[in-house]
Amino acid sequence: MNEHDPLTRLLGTPGEDSGCEGGMAMIAEYVELELAGRNAEELFPALAAHLRNCPACAEDYQGLVALARGRQS
Amino acid sequence: MRSEPAQTPAGSLPDALDLESRAWVEGLRTTGGELVAAIERLHDLLLRAAHSEARRRRHLYPEISGAELDDLCGQAADDAVLAVTRKLDGYRGASRFTTWAYGFAVFEVSVQLRRHRWRGGVIPTADDDTTWERLASGGTTAQTRIESAELLRALRRAVAEELSPRQRQVFVAVALNDVEIDVIAGQLQSTRGAVYKVLHDARRKLRLRLEREGHLEQAETT
Repeated sequence: MNEHDPLTRLLGTPGEDSGCEGGMAMIAEYVELELAGRNAEELFPALAAHLRNCPACAEDYQGLVALARGRQS
Repeated sequence: MRSEPAQTPAGSLPDALDLESRAWVEGLRTTGGELVAAIERLHDLLLRAAHSEARRRRHLYPEISGAELDDLCGQAADDAVLAVTRKLDGYRGASRFTTWAYGFAVFEVSVQLRRHRWRGGVIPTADDDTTWERLASGGTTAQTRIESAELLRALRRAVAEELSPRQRQVFVAVALNDVEIDVIAGQLQSTRGAVYKVLHDARRKLRLRLEREGHLEQAETT
């Protein structure tokens, strides 16, 4: 399975997944690390997996990136 | 690798926290008129964030605009302020306060937009022939298409035989029919996180079954 194949889109990926609430607790730090050029995915693998498996949280993540980036500029 | 937020006791903040973030937290820990003023500033901040996020998503929800969108952003900001003040002790200073608070505004506006668009819509709950035929032809909005008829039959059997009624309801709606998870959460009077857990458990059961039957190569690790 890889994250781009149709079955993975239906079944998600195996392994640790932070879940929505667990992800929410870490997402601000994740976004700031990423904007600072750090490898947030490596530091928070369970959240990175969740963002691949949960389209709603992935879209929220994009929104938070845009807001945090706007604040930086 | 970090698997949880920085370990700072509830209520205390790291010495290195930026002054602006510290001022936000201290303002929200005051009482009386100072607290009212701090909450008004927070509401202004989160209302702007809600509007900004709604603008970013306007291509997804072109039918929601004007006063309707303003009301929706106002409601999202109200709910986000409540969430921030209730969870203030959970803020450990691992990020700027504004980034942390923006997360609540983004979450609330996304829930409002999704549920608003789906108002009155019918949520598919049956894993009927139409659902599976669409999956075979790639006709879902996510353009998910499974070309192997054998795999599709195996998945359909697994959905019927492995999942609890609630897991089947959530999997069929969210994974097979692209219904937004916040819409299902609203219908079930639940939360995004709780519905996601149901989906996650359903997916795990299905992966295990398909692995047992030799349809998946990678071993389940959780």
